[in-house]
Amino acid sequence: MAANKIPRHEMPCQDSKARAHNFEEVALGYTKEMAVEEAQRCLQCKKPLCRTGCPVEVLIPDFIKQIAEENFEEASKVLKIKNSLPAICGRVCPQESQCESKCILGIKGEPVAIGRLERFAADYGMKSKKAEMEKTEPSGKRVAIIGAGPAGLACAGDLAKAGHAVTIFEALHVAGGVLMYGIPQFRLPKDIVQTEIDTLKQMGVEILTNQVVGKVTSVDELMANGYDAVFIGTGAGLPYFMNIPGENLNGVYSANEFLTRTNLMKGYKFPDYATPVKVGKNVAVLGAGNVAMDSARTALRLGAENVYIIYRRSRDEMPARKEELEHAEEEGIQFRLLTNPVSIEGDERGWVKSLTCLRYELGEPDASGRRAPVPIAGSEFEIEMDTVVVAIGQGPNPLVTTSTPGLELNKRGNIVADPETLMTSKSGVFAGGDIVTGAATVILAMGAGKKAAAGIDAYLKTK
Amino acid sequence: MYRIVKKRLLAQGIALLEVEAAAVAAKVEPGQFVIVRVDEVGERIPLTVMDYNREKGTITIVVQDVGYSSAIITTMNEGDAFQDFVGPLGVASEIENYGTVVCIGGGLGIAPIHPIARGLKAAGNHVISVLGSRSADLLILEEEMRAVSNEVVIATNDGSAGVKGFVTDGLAKVLSEGHKIAAIWAIGPMVMMKAVVEYTRPLGIKTIVSMNPIMVDGTGMCGACRISVGNETKFACVDGPEFDGHLVDFDLAMKRLAFYKDEENRAKARLECHHEGGHH
Repeated sequence: MAANKIPRHEMPCQDSKARAHNFEEVALGYTKEMAVEEAQRCLQCKKPLCRTGCPVEVLIPDFIKQIAEENFEEASKVLKIKNSLPAICGRVCPQESQCESKCILGIKGEPVAIGRLERFAADYGMKSKKAEMEKTEPSGKRVAIIGAGPAGLACAGDLAKAGHAVTIFEALHVAGGVLMYGIPQFRLPKDIVQTEIDTLKQMGVEILTNQVVGKVTSVDELMANGYDAVFIGTGAGLPYFMNIPGENLNGVYSANEFLTRTNLMKGYKFPDYATPVKVGKNVAVLGAGNVAMDSARTALRLGAENVYIIYRRSRDEMPARKEELEHAEEEGIQFRLLTNPVSIEGDERGWVKSLTCLRYELGEPDASGRRAPVPIAGSEFEIEMDTVVVAIGQGPNPLVTTSTPGLELNKRGNIVADPETLMTSKSGVFAGGDIVTGAATVILAMGAGKKAAAGIDAYLKTK
Repeated sequence: MYRIVKKRLLAQGIALLEVEAAAVAAKVEPGQFVIVRVDEVGERIPLTVMDYNREKGTITIVVQDVGYSSAIITTMNEGDAFQDFVGPLGVASEIENYGTVVCIGGGLGIAPIHPIARGLKAAGNHVISVLGSRSADLLILEEEMRAVSNEVVIATNDGSAGVKGFVTDGLAKVLSEGHKIAAIWAIGPMVMMKAVVEYTRPLGIKTIVSMNPIMVDGTGMCGACRISVGNETKFACVDGPEFDGHLVDFDLAMKRLAFYKDEENRAKARLECHHEGGHH
């Protein structure tokens, strides 16, 4: 049978009713048999377009070929050439708009499940524990990385491979950034993230936690204290609020707080873990990106009866990944589209009791071709609510940027970096990921980390 | 790990701990705070800094047994260590020579007022400290405060030491002596800070308070600590913790402190149950 006639293998998943009440991983991963069959669908294109869709240019046909030939260990090694954190990317990348969107099989049928195969190979490599690293000749150069999120970790991996001594400064008590505090356990198990981080440590990357750069030290001090270059990967960790009345009532969370309490602090295991997190019967999540989906599905697992996604545009404009949207729907998340809150009402004790919303319609396309949401006059209505999670986006955290004189920022507070080298306005100081682009995806941050590592490596060779 | 090198019980349920944290000690300034986590399953809680020693690389904190984590911390001993100890966090106090200033510390609030009073005195101010507690046996750090103040007024609710009444009664005594006060720092429970602010508002004396809302990360990434100041939302961990007391919405801040009352009680009760069972 021709490769394009074999149907794409579905991902085995936990039953939607059962999983809505536990924090175990939803997608269970391919078996060996599924992986081999799926890998055999790949046409092994001479000019693989899939690679052009991958921000870190993983050697996609090469690792898939190894799976098809049942050389799983080898597959994971090929993956690691370009991607230091493949078990994470295989799980959280929006493949439908990246590698898989370019797959030639996708023109007439379904593209090869590249993400699922990446996950399979990476998980296999992790379990086999034979992740021996080739030792690189030390360069004698030291690089400080600020922030242990996807950008910083990817940058660290490539710099370590190039022989540089790397130290990561992380403000929280664990490394991982959004992989640890933001993306929930049921989508990205924390032991997987930890294993990937431990692999970096085995490569010689030093990770210092509890280090708030901007307070305990600064970029200039790091440069003065013997670091030859600095990479800033501090992300977009400043939560935006709606600025509507009632937002400071008890029961209103930023998505960052809600997810940090649940994921990083393991609030879902309270009181075995000391950090509480609570949801009422009715939970409104404001926004429709991946962070909103994660918050809504988390609220459900914490015991909420009704969880609503409230979004002022329509389904087609929702920025969340298709798969997350489908999973949320299967689990019973309710969507209130073309709806936007105007105020939150509280009781006399200062707790949320309801949300007042306006209905919207989509107006004429604007200059960018996007149809703007327009409120319908007099359409106000009230929904009873105990908990509200605000997930309308994040901005750049200013702790590092405000403590670094001479660092050029744009008007939104993001760092300005050279698009090729990712060097900032300060010589030897590089930046990448959400702190440069604004809130984006894990894989784009990793791509920026790799690009910066190349820029830093080139810079260090001139010194 | 961050080891406790010295412990002293200041009063029933109130412990002073000197902790090894050289990087924090090298940078901390009066008015800043730290976030600590006891162990792997612990929560992150903010604690104000009572003292620091840059040479020894230590930070001194004072903790009162009021909840789950603070109950554990007050039973920790010399040689024990914190899993995590993050800082310095928040904006430092604006220390300069104002003239005559009053530093008000209520209960545990005397600990964080200590480095501020010392800084203000070193900057050339005439520092009058007003220390308040429920009774004489709960009054902490009196000797240390005398060492960093020009004058000290004590107020106890039951009159067992100094003026009988609240810190506002102590402040009234200071004002009755005809001092021209340039600024007041007030740190203590929110009800106390609110009372001081309401007292000084009609007098038009600049009053700075140090807000102590619920915090998680302490670096501005979550907004758990948000308060309303002059009708604007501020994050106490990065914009504060010190604010112009006359602009703070204390009623909102006090309601927000009660967010997790039920859960705190549950955790504390569980801890006590463990103690009785002898597991801890």
